[in-house]
Amino acid sequence: MPTIHFVLADGSQRSVTAPAGTSLMEAARQNRIPGVIAQCGGACVCATCHVYVELAWLNRLAPPDDMESGMLESAWEPRANSRLACQVPLTQALDGIVARVPARQAD
Amino acid sequence: MIATILIIGAGQAGAQAIDTLRREGFKGRLVLVGDEPHLPYQRPPLSKKFLSGDMPAERLPFRHQSFYDDHGVELKLGVSALKCDPAARRVTLSTGETVDYDRLLLCLGADSRRLTCPGADLAGVHYLRGIADVPAIQAGLKPGARVVVIGGGYIGLETAATARTRGCTVHVLEMADRVMNRVVAANVSEYFAHEHRTQGVKIVCNTRVVRLEGNGRVERVVCAEGDSYETDLLIVGVGAIANTQIAREAGLACDNGIVVDEYCRTSDPAIYAAGDCTYHPSLRFDQRVRLESVDNAFEQAKTAALNMLDRPTVHDRVPWFWSDQFDNKLLIVGLSQGHDQQVTRGDPATRSFTVCYLKGGELLAVEAINHSKDYMAARKLIAERARPNLDKLADPTVALKDSC
Repeated sequence: MPTIHFVLADGSQRSVTAPAGTSLMEAARQNRIPGVIAQCGGACVCATCHVYVELAWLNRLAPPDDMESGMLESAWEPRANSRLACQVPLTQALDGIVARVPARQAD
Repeated sequence: MIATILIIGAGQAGAQAIDTLRREGFKGRLVLVGDEPHLPYQRPPLSKKFLSGDMPAERLPFRHQSFYDDHGVELKLGVSALKCDPAARRVTLSTGETVDYDRLLLCLGADSRRLTCPGADLAGVHYLRGIADVPAIQAGLKPGARVVVIGGGYIGLETAATARTRGCTVHVLEMADRVMNRVVAANVSEYFAHEHRTQGVKIVCNTRVVRLEGNGRVERVVCAEGDSYETDLLIVGVGAIANTQIAREAGLACDNGIVVDEYCRTSDPAIYAAGDCTYHPSLRFDQRVRLESVDNAFEQAKTAALNMLDRPTVHDRVPWFWSDQFDNKLLIVGLSQGHDQQVTRGDPATRSFTVCYLKGGELLAVEAINHSKDYMAARKLIAERARPNLDKLADPTVALKDSC
């Protein structure tokens, strides 16, 4: 099972594991990572699972599709490494991925 | 002092209320009663990825059992609440047990509206509301199976798309003159009907089912116009009705749902309600509404939880909804009733366009088809009562957020 390191808004770190085949969002939700709300449950329609993926890991991910990019524009403080965690499927190759949780999510 | 909070209903709202109560420091006894024998789970995938088999059952629950154990939540699953005595602040459960509460939260949800025509009680008439409804439908979704869907709303069309993807022959029977007629514009209905027809779904509008026929099990759907449809699998999606029985019997005010105020309080000061079962004020739209929506369940539950802890919080949301049909995503925000103007941005032929509704110049609602940018921009603009420039609004090369 890949390990995911979430860096919280206060700078602290939470490391969790989640089965490959689930999403980065599900890893956050099942482990109750503060700041990841994931309201819609993975349908890519709420932008409340927004995270910043560390650059070293970002280029290992398939780029966001139009739907995700459009959502990210209205996420809270989007940056070049913004992703919706629900659109990031976990694989063993992502073992060790680092994702920063923003201070807020979209309303 | 609030020693015990009892939540009836283990869906989206119930699960969210638990989360908020514990996060906000409630240390007392927390009991969650749910009539399905499952941990609180997500319902939207039931007509989408879970039905199609693309999402395994273990991914449906919001959280694992350990979350409830770690947070001291007494789960009573597969248990119904039979009776509520507001004077004694006591609820009687189907196990015979009683639970005394200081605050009660009703997250009773809604149930499928049932057919009442002759034959409606035949075996093989399926409704889709919970996990338990899914296996029988899935078992029937075989290549070549003749699937009939009664009702061209969200559930009907999502289910039809899934059945078609699984190789079934699919008819959708809709009473109105177009699909999703109560929730989207005519050109959006037309777009989705076209998408379904392109995929091979047969959509029949202006047709009224008058009876179901079969020998013990439904075999045929007969319509008023005399046409009939042979079926191996019949799925009914003709709307939902709020679950209010226990609330009504307890004497709480009900009207198209449990009546609550903007604090999610019912007519009894110790009882709150959240989610699909509530008939609540929409502050933005200045009307009472009953919504079947993830966002509403989630946000009302949060609001109710905070108010139960005596932290006055108002529920003030612009409602939003979505539907997945084939590879299309329909995103809706706001309530379009009462609009006096309608503007379409973009060309449906591009498979991405947006319908905007205005009233007195204010943006009221938006239906965005495969267009998340417009949808997200609209969520903010509608809340702010923005007044778009109509020329800019009609120009899809101008971002919606820049039209105001």
